[in-house]
Amino acid sequence: MLLPSMIRFRPAFLAFLAAVFGGAVLAPAQETPLALIGAQLICVSGETHEEGVLVVHRGKIIIVGPRGTALPAGATTRDVRGQIIMPGLVDTHSHIGSPAGGDQSAPIQPDTRVLDAVDVRDASIQKAQAGGLTTANIMPGSGHLISGQTLYVKLRDGNTIDDLLITDKAGRVAGGLKMANGTNSRKDPPFPGTRAKSAALVREKFIAAREYREKIVRAKGDVDKLPPRDLALEILVEVLERQRVVHHHTHRHDDILTVLRLQKEFGFRVVLHHVSDAWKVSEEIAAANVPCSIILLDSPGGKLEARDVDWKNGVALEKAGVPVGFHTDDPVTDSRLFLRSAAFAVRAGMSRAGALRALTLTGAEMLDLQARIGSLEVGKDADFILLSGDPFSVYTHVLETYVDGVKVFDREKEKDRRWSTGGYGAGNPRAAHLCCFGTWEEAR
Amino acid sequence: MKKSARYFVTLTCLLAATTVAEDIVVHGAIIHTMAGATIRDGVVLIRGGKIESVGEAASVKIPAGWRVLKAKVVTPGLIDAHTVVGFSGILNQPQDQEQLEKSAPLQPDLRAIDAYNGRDPLVEYVRSFGVTTLHTGHGPGALISGQTMIVKTYPPNLDLALINPAAMTAATLGSGAKAEKDKAPGTASKAVAMFRAELIKAEDYVAKGKKSDIEKRPARDLRLEVLARALDGEQRLLITVHRHQDVIAALRLAAEFKLRIVLDGVSDAPLVLDEIKKSGFPVFLHPTMYRANNETENLSIETASKLRNAGIPFALQSGFENYVPKTRIVLFEAAIAAANGLSQSDALAAITIDAAKLLGIQQRTGSLEIGKDADLALYDGDPFEYTTHCTGVVVSGVVTDVQPH
Repeated sequence: MLLPSMIRFRPAFLAFLAAVFGGAVLAPAQETPLALIGAQLICVSGETHEEGVLVVHRGKIIIVGPRGTALPAGATTRDVRGQIIMPGLVDTHSHIGSPAGGDQSAPIQPDTRVLDAVDVRDASIQKAQAGGLTTANIMPGSGHLISGQTLYVKLRDGNTIDDLLITDKAGRVAGGLKMANGTNSRKDPPFPGTRAKSAALVREKFIAAREYREKIVRAKGDVDKLPPRDLALEILVEVLERQRVVHHHTHRHDDILTVLRLQKEFGFRVVLHHVSDAWKVSEEIAAANVPCSIILLDSPGGKLEARDVDWKNGVALEKAGVPVGFHTDDPVTDSRLFLRSAAFAVRAGMSRAGALRALTLTGAEMLDLQARIGSLEVGKDADFILLSGDPFSVYTHVLETYVDGVKVFDREKEKDRRWSTGGYGAGNPRAAHLCCFGTWEEAR
Repeated sequence: MKKSARYFVTLTCLLAATTVAEDIVVHGAIIHTMAGATIRDGVVLIRGGKIESVGEAASVKIPAGWRVLKAKVVTPGLIDAHTVVGFSGILNQPQDQEQLEKSAPLQPDLRAIDAYNGRDPLVEYVRSFGVTTLHTGHGPGALISGQTMIVKTYPPNLDLALINPAAMTAATLGSGAKAEKDKAPGTASKAVAMFRAELIKAEDYVAKGKKSDIEKRPARDLRLEVLARALDGEQRLLITVHRHQDVIAALRLAAEFKLRIVLDGVSDAPLVLDEIKKSGFPVFLHPTMYRANNETENLSIETASKLRNAGIPFALQSGFENYVPKTRIVLFEAAIAAANGLSQSDALAAITIDAAKLLGIQQRTGSLEIGKDADLALYDGDPFEYTTHCTGVVVSGVVTDVQPH
């Protein structure tokens, strides 16, 4: 459709793009090809090679094959027999860098951007690299019906947030929109007091966005007839145009169905997040053809609407044919232990192949990044991890993490190792910020 | 029959039905008894809620007609050395949160037995992974928050499950002890000052209580009575501390008043290993996967192995979570320790026999030995592996769980 590009090429936005690109510094990847030889290659999209060959060059994967695959001339080789290489992990829902989106002034704030709030020097980002994460969807909290724009980042070693951005050919900064229903976004006015009110407020806003879009279409490019620019509505227009994916926090079975109802009415693309009661309504989710990003917690509860959250969500959704991804919701679960979440899904009956795909390619699909990341395939970004053993064993450590062919974590290096194990100086001196309980300390 | 009498009979029958210990043979490909060598292809015979014999299957005569449970791996029932399960309920709403009373900073008189909910779903949840004993009660977050107790995870009836009604008195030092704004204690120093003043009061109370003239003895004081038990070492103080300076402050306090203490949490333990070792006091280490921020920012998942190497007695715990997960599972905390420097057997000891010794219940539970309570956990593989299931739990001779979890 015409509309989003019209918005995109307004002068202010062009200036913004220039700033982004001007500031972006690509970290140096290998000028000579790097060949990793002998590891088990879990490619996710293709067959697993027991003692495979992976060659990366200038940030991209250039060769994936079985033992004996010919190497390019001049390649640096490394013998990594006994290790396992798999695609970098994709966390579809994280709060690393401790960003806040909307404030407490209103329940609907699509104009706020996580882009403007991520602290790239926060320890949580190094810890995520230590956990094997290479891509994350950094989200604002769930204390609003719409809490702001999310940001898809590559976990490069960045000096500023611009170094972590993912942009498409048109220069668009990749990200979605965070929405929530249920109890987190219920509070005193102007926030909604009930579930029905929550849905009504959201519908009202999306209807306003439709009308805004129609006004722009009717203006046919005539600047005098264009409505005044509205930062909130123009983001919802991107959602209506299916260009920006909604990442929707939801727990209880009826709240899940409410999201599906809104999705049907407005036609937006949505990923359901958390989905505690997924096992109760997996058929309905499958019928709506909506993917789910689930979380696996050590115990259920913590609030009424998450009382029935269960590790069997993975297998229940998989059996119903719903695409499943995982998320850390860091700091709710620890990015360094992201593989553990998938392992618990396997413990409860999910297939190993499904859980491996959920950690990588299915997650990438939820972020529209499957053409670039999520599997070991020629032409894709060289985002991968080296493991000491089976991805689903407690005794396995992430040894190295590569993003765009650059090693961003190496357990052999004492400085990096500390991000993996913790210890003096590896923590955050501040409390983690949560949606609706304030800080951990305040919540106590 | 009168209505009340009918209820009584019904109740009695129900209790009988749910608490009867069976005659059971537990057959394990591997049995970690935690008392001597691991037994391969072994059996544990259980009768009357107690362990009747343990040994290799070939050497133990297996009685006919007993219920048979089989598993790849059998361990003693797990012990969570410090938790708030049964107090901090699953819903996390005011009506199910009993672990902390905020009206006053010093409330040692709050008994754990008056608030435990043995039917909170989290009790059953942790049990389904093999946890059979909890040291639970008042949590961290106040200078002295109340007392703790030791209880089995079955049956839900407290009187039947209780091991020790007044195990320790729970205290907190450091920023975790701070009261809400403008109330005391507002600093770590103030917390110690108030603690010392209260202990001095208790000393005075004890001294006056010994006067021969009954008229000169003080009126009974529930708070000071409990602190008196701390002073004579009868009821240990469980002091939650994380920062290294607060660890030292706790040790200073213990030395001044000749207290028996347990250091709880202790994120900064690696910084003060020598001092802890010298004190002789044990550590109930923070959950291995505890969040690192504020007071806990320096914690390491390798600390358990450092305590082990330093020769400091310790046990592992699930701790307290104010949000999610509403409780951790001590088995998983030990698993991560085992994957990060601690040996598998030391990790298992930290949630069985070592925890039992440090809680003073090693005569009852913590290992598979003749005469001990029949508390067992059954697994279909290495108990620490993510994808292993707990396939059976026996508490005091009652088979409570058989669904793989």
